[in-house]
Amino acid sequence: MTDVQKSYLFHCAIIALLAVLFFVLPAYHVGNLARIMVLAVYAIGYNVLFGYTGLLSLGHALFFAAGMYGFGLAVHQGGITTGIALILGGIAALIVSLVVGFLALRTRGVAFMIVTLMFAQAGYLTILYFGPITRGDEGFVVDLAGRALFGIDLSNESARYWAALVLFAICFIGTAALVKSRLGRALVAIRENEERAQMLGYNTHRLKLIAVLVSGTLSGIAGAAYALLFGYVGATFSTVQYSIFPLLWVLLGGAGTTIGPLIGVIFMFYLIDLSSTVTDAYLLIAGVALVLLCLYAPQGIAGELRKRVLKWLP
Amino acid sequence: MEFGPHLLLAVLEGAVTAAILALTAMGLSIVFGVMRVVNVAHGEFFMLGAVFAWYIATTLGAHPAIGFIAAILLAPLIVGALAAAADRVILKRIDYNPERTIVATIGLLYIIQQATLMSFGPDARPVEPPFNQRLALPWFEFGENGFELIWPWGLSITTYKLFIIVAAIVVLTGIWLLMTRTTFGLIMRATQQDREMSQAFSVPVDKVFAYVFGLGAALAAVGAVLVVPVQQAHYLMGQDPLLLSFVVVIIGGLGSLPGTVIAAILIGMTDGIVSVFFSPTLAKIIATLAVAMVLVFRPQGLMGKSAA
Repeated sequence: MTDVQKSYLFHCAIIALLAVLFFVLPAYHVGNLARIMVLAVYAIGYNVLFGYTGLLSLGHALFFAAGMYGFGLAVHQGGITTGIALILGGIAALIVSLVVGFLALRTRGVAFMIVTLMFAQAGYLTILYFGPITRGDEGFVVDLAGRALFGIDLSNESARYWAALVLFAICFIGTAALVKSRLGRALVAIRENEERAQMLGYNTHRLKLIAVLVSGTLSGIAGAAYALLFGYVGATFSTVQYSIFPLLWVLLGGAGTTIGPLIGVIFMFYLIDLSSTVTDAYLLIAGVALVLLCLYAPQGIAGELRKRVLKWLP
Repeated sequence: MEFGPHLLLAVLEGAVTAAILALTAMGLSIVFGVMRVVNVAHGEFFMLGAVFAWYIATTLGAHPAIGFIAAILLAPLIVGALAAAADRVILKRIDYNPERTIVATIGLLYIIQQATLMSFGPDARPVEPPFNQRLALPWFEFGENGFELIWPWGLSITTYKLFIIVAAIVVLTGIWLLMTRTTFGLIMRATQQDREMSQAFSVPVDKVFAYVFGLGAALAAVGAVLVVPVQQAHYLMGQDPLLLSFVVVIIGGLGSLPGTVIAAILIGMTDGIVSVFFSPTLAKIIATLAVAMVLVFRPQGLMGKSAA
């Protein structure tokens, strides 16, 4: 079997496994897994930029929130039907990532991180400033009518799981195909050595902008899906914390691997779930995890696996 | 109050903010200048300074002045030692890689913040100022009797707030003397200019880095001890100083110390004046976007040399 065949088999196996888990796991974990898959889409979006292109953004919550509010406000305030509102959420994230990408890509390294952080902070404050419309920190609940797509009520537990799985599967296979494509390889070339990629004739600025657009839009779609499936839109999702979470997930799971985001989210989700029964200061766990990762496993779980056992892992 | 006295009051409040900000941002700026790393946990060292100040003052339980003096001597030392230890245990081992340092200090931020939440608790706690007389300030006007001084109601400042401004000037002068007139300052500047060459000339770079990281955190702690009698100690109080310090360091030019002081005065004053006259959220949005734009279009800052 070639590595490409192995890779496709592997991706299909993961999706099949997630489908089987629906019938095997108890209801509580099925609910968790639906949430994990939506957050994993967010992490997949982050991974395109951080893992494959090598750009560390500290402001992805802005894109997540753009998708979430684009969808939420369209349904809640505009009374637009769910399907179109979802597309609007994606478009909102696309526009925001175009603006941020256009401006922030003029900087590099540490300045890029701080600029994206600042933009995200401005976005969070803007949501608070328009409190009468966005309901600020308190947020709003998307009503049931807005949560039905093609006649299926997505507030229902099992419908929600399958919807999350379909979305996850599309993004998962999509990125697997992306990173094998010419575009994906060019992005990796930029990550490894931007000057050299430039010298070989790649328009690195344009490629990086494309990476920001793909990454931001995927994050926005995850935000819109989160609002659709779990029915809540709030300013918390645009705070610095939600910019740091995808970084943490991707680092933990393995940056630059397609399976990494999912592993990272599962690991972190259950770590926080278990530790929050012990203490309120569950973010302590996140902090310790980040420091330990930096020290001992900078490649993450899937990255270490690829280094040692599964050389073909995409 | 009329516009003039109101403005004077805003300027005075702004000067207090600027003084604290200058101290905190100076810490961040020195760390960035010498070590070329961004310390995201800087705000938490600020918060630790305030929390230790509260702890020292209440444990001593003596006269507020004794508690305060003990706090301003001890708290920065403790915080500096903790930071130097963190440098040795974490940052040194990831080789001061700029991106991994940011991730590691984000981790450190959560560890310090949540550990404080678990031990100190979620409440805001006050520290008594060592002295706190109210000074009424005069204002002039041209009335029927020509030029005269009046004392408008509400136009006043406390002696403690004046003390904050003076103390900040003293500490910053001390830092300037340390950087320009001592051997340690010379070593720091040499390390800043060329790390490898300094090492070749037997400068113990590792040790210098630990001291610099400690010094940066201690400066934040000094700012926090000074501010805690005006603003209570709370486990989340590190967030605003962190963002504002970033802003100051960027506007002033990454690594430029005079630029940092000028930017701190500029930002502190603007913050004081703008938030008296406009909605604070709108002011913050504009300030944040302005800083992002400075970085995008003038990455070296106002006083910085061309980008490294």
